[in-house]
Amino acid sequence: MTVETPPSGIPEERSENAIELKDVAGLSQGQIIRRRFLRHRGAMAGLAVIALIALLAITSIGVGPVPGWWKHAPSDQNPLVNPQGTPTMGLPTWLGGDGLAFGDAPFGQDELGRDIFARTMQGTQTSLLVMIVVGSVSALLGMAVGALAGFYRGATDQVLMRLTDLIITFPLIVIGAVLGKMVGAAGPFILAVVLGAVSWTTLARLVRAEFLSLREREFVDAARVAGASDFRIIVKHMIPNAMGVVIVNTTLLMAAAVILEASLSYLGFGIQTGTSLGKMISDYEQAFNTRPWLFWWPGLFVIALALSINFVGDGLRDAFDPRQKKIPSARKMARAAGRMARQDAKATS
Amino acid sequence: MLMFLARRLMTSVLVVLVSTVVMYVLVDIAIDPLEDLRTDTRPGAEDRIAARTAMLDLDSPVLLRYLDWLSGASRCLIGSCDLGRDWRTGTPTTELLSGAVTTTLQLVTVATLLAIVLGVFVGIVSALRQYSGFDYGLTFVSFVLYSLPTFWVAVLLKQFLAIKFNDFLADPQIAWWFHALVVLGTATVVMAAVGGSAARRLRVFGVAALVSLAVMLYVDLTDFLVTPGLGIVLVGVLGVGMAFGITALSTGLSDRRSLYASLTVAALGVALYYPVLYLWYYVDASWPIVLGLGLLAVLVGLGVGLAWGGPDRWTVARTAALTALPVAGLLFVDRLMSSWDNYVDHGLIRGRPISTASRRTPGFDSGFWLNTLDLFGHLLLPTLTLVLISFASYSRYSRASTLEVLGQDYIRTARAKGLTERTVIMRHAFRNALIPLASIVPVDIITLVGGAVITERIFNWRGMGWLFANYLDQNVIDPIMGYLLVIAILAVVANFVADLFYAVLDPRIRVAA
Repeated sequence: MTVETPPSGIPEERSENAIELKDVAGLSQGQIIRRRFLRHRGAMAGLAVIALIALLAITSIGVGPVPGWWKHAPSDQNPLVNPQGTPTMGLPTWLGGDGLAFGDAPFGQDELGRDIFARTMQGTQTSLLVMIVVGSVSALLGMAVGALAGFYRGATDQVLMRLTDLIITFPLIVIGAVLGKMVGAAGPFILAVVLGAVSWTTLARLVRAEFLSLREREFVDAARVAGASDFRIIVKHMIPNAMGVVIVNTTLLMAAAVILEASLSYLGFGIQTGTSLGKMISDYEQAFNTRPWLFWWPGLFVIALALSINFVGDGLRDAFDPRQKKIPSARKMARAAGRMARQDAKATS
Repeated sequence: MLMFLARRLMTSVLVVLVSTVVMYVLVDIAIDPLEDLRTDTRPGAEDRIAARTAMLDLDSPVLLRYLDWLSGASRCLIGSCDLGRDWRTGTPTTELLSGAVTTTLQLVTVATLLAIVLGVFVGIVSALRQYSGFDYGLTFVSFVLYSLPTFWVAVLLKQFLAIKFNDFLADPQIAWWFHALVVLGTATVVMAAVGGSAARRLRVFGVAALVSLAVMLYVDLTDFLVTPGLGIVLVGVLGVGMAFGITALSTGLSDRRSLYASLTVAALGVALYYPVLYLWYYVDASWPIVLGLGLLAVLVGLGVGLAWGGPDRWTVARTAALTALPVAGLLFVDRLMSSWDNYVDHGLIRGRPISTASRRTPGFDSGFWLNTLDLFGHLLLPTLTLVLISFASYSRYSRASTLEVLGQDYIRTARAKGLTERTVIMRHAFRNALIPLASIVPVDIITLVGGAVITERIFNWRGMGWLFANYLDQNVIDPIMGYLLVIAILAVVANFVADLFYAVLDPRIRVAA
């Protein structure tokens, strides 16, 4: 067997990831991350679904005093459109339905004649509110605790980390149930703040670990030599460098928050005034055999929300983590190699 | 090491103390023991409020009441616990807890074991086929499982796996499209998991489709769902299959001695089929006897392995013992299935074997085999619910840690020195991939024990979670505090065990004294 020696015109070394480097040449770190995120199909789909759900939930029944385009309010008791309150929404005929229709009660009505579409939308608004508030509160607290513990180490670290250990002792749903029972009557916003106040622990640990390694880096020394205060170093120099961890984990935490709130409300320790998807499922559970639509819709919206946030979180993790490189399939690799070989051949001929 | 233990114990006691103080205060604020009296409009309501306030000592500061509770709880150290009582019925908390702990353990043990075995297996396969269709599919499935609200799934399971399935059992007619779906689905999943070149995939697809078709036809033709049972032939076929499978994983099929040893074990299982049936006929079975026989089977397996001997007789013995356990399990399952008819036709079951609520059929006691079936019928749905949730996280963990391990230099070394792929995966990668799991599992179990609140509540299992949710709902503090105390202690122990495991399994980690 003879081995062909490569023609001398070819550059000797081809960096292993030449294709990838070419892809990101001349881009800043932020641009690379944004690009990776925007190319993540799952994350984009998730983002689109969240946006659609939020748009639907907010415009349909309106927010606060502002009315929406939907004709029924969540707590109105209307006469039944269909007997038993079955949904008026129809599938197109080619899917086996009675023709495409939306009707006066697309998701059906409950035994009191309340419109399930409006109620589901209100529950979704609650879920969205809880998700955003829990996310922001726990992101702020987690960042603050993790940053202080990691930056100052020593006694501060000990105190803050023992506090974290204390909260982790109990499963979140247990603490959540006690706190929910305490403040559930005060409305979803307060409940979300309180839940956020106990769900920052994982984030704090991660931020602390990040800070422990960041504080040894040269740019922190440089900032200190230039006379920056501790606060400025933490906020301006270190937190931006730890942002990847914060963003990814907050996103995943938001998905967990949606489910936590629904679970608490289902158990009766969550939202007591107003509508929550979990509470709807709990209220209508017994009616599964007679009125299954009461049960399906709120559940589907919880899953859609949690699933799409999880996908966004996954996309963010892939975007921020430099080790996560998507390896092309064998077929694509072979094709790329072939293309390169042809180019080389052209170059040498 | 002693220093380390002492310090650990000190901090643990502190954590438990502080967490109970905090929780006592929080729970005290959260609950309102007078709730039912406040809306009371009958005459004399104020007297009743005053009487209950005096009984529960509600006028004294919460911290004093905590100290009172603590002094009772601290007597646990000298063996006479006083954790208060449910003041409405007078039942002591200790009594409530002891029942609840066994119930929860029963539920959580099976679920955790299943979730770990399945999750780790699927996770490792997914890591070995990184970026394949199987891997992406699994990622998607685990995201979906993460996003499912437990209570919603549980209600659906109740509806479709219990009520509808019981209806179906009355007249089992499987539609043809269901057969097609199962056959194609199984074949696709197996094909994706095995991977390889296009020709190999096609071959695997064909074989898997044929096997699942055969299974479906067997189930159909023998009315397996109504009168399940394995029979001596099926025990033989499955036993030989297990012998091949386990040998392939444990030592590789090229090790002929191991293969022959495990085949001998399978043959022994077939030979003992009728003797064991006679044994059950004359002996009243119970869990100790069953477990003892299982142990005996392992010992017999070891003996068979040693008898085949060879240069590395303990490897052979290990393979044979590993085969003996599932073969013995087959005999057990076969005997259990033969009671199915009696169970389903029992007056208390009335043809609805899958139960939706509680731990046992009330008043049902018809001997070991029927009781075991009853237990399984009740365990099925809550276990499935718990497995669905834990499975996702275990498969993600084991996938991540396997990928991490597969990138290590010692794996490259192992491949470079010409070890077979099986040895590299099972010996070098698999064992090391389990190390991070060892620190996750204890903590996870505790979370399950404490956090099966929703599952227990929906399926009405009177375990720890049910106890907590129920008494929080009814504003009774003592049982809640008893529950929280147990959970706090368990959490501390679990963290300790996790650290210990980690230190034992990974020699690079030293216990800092």
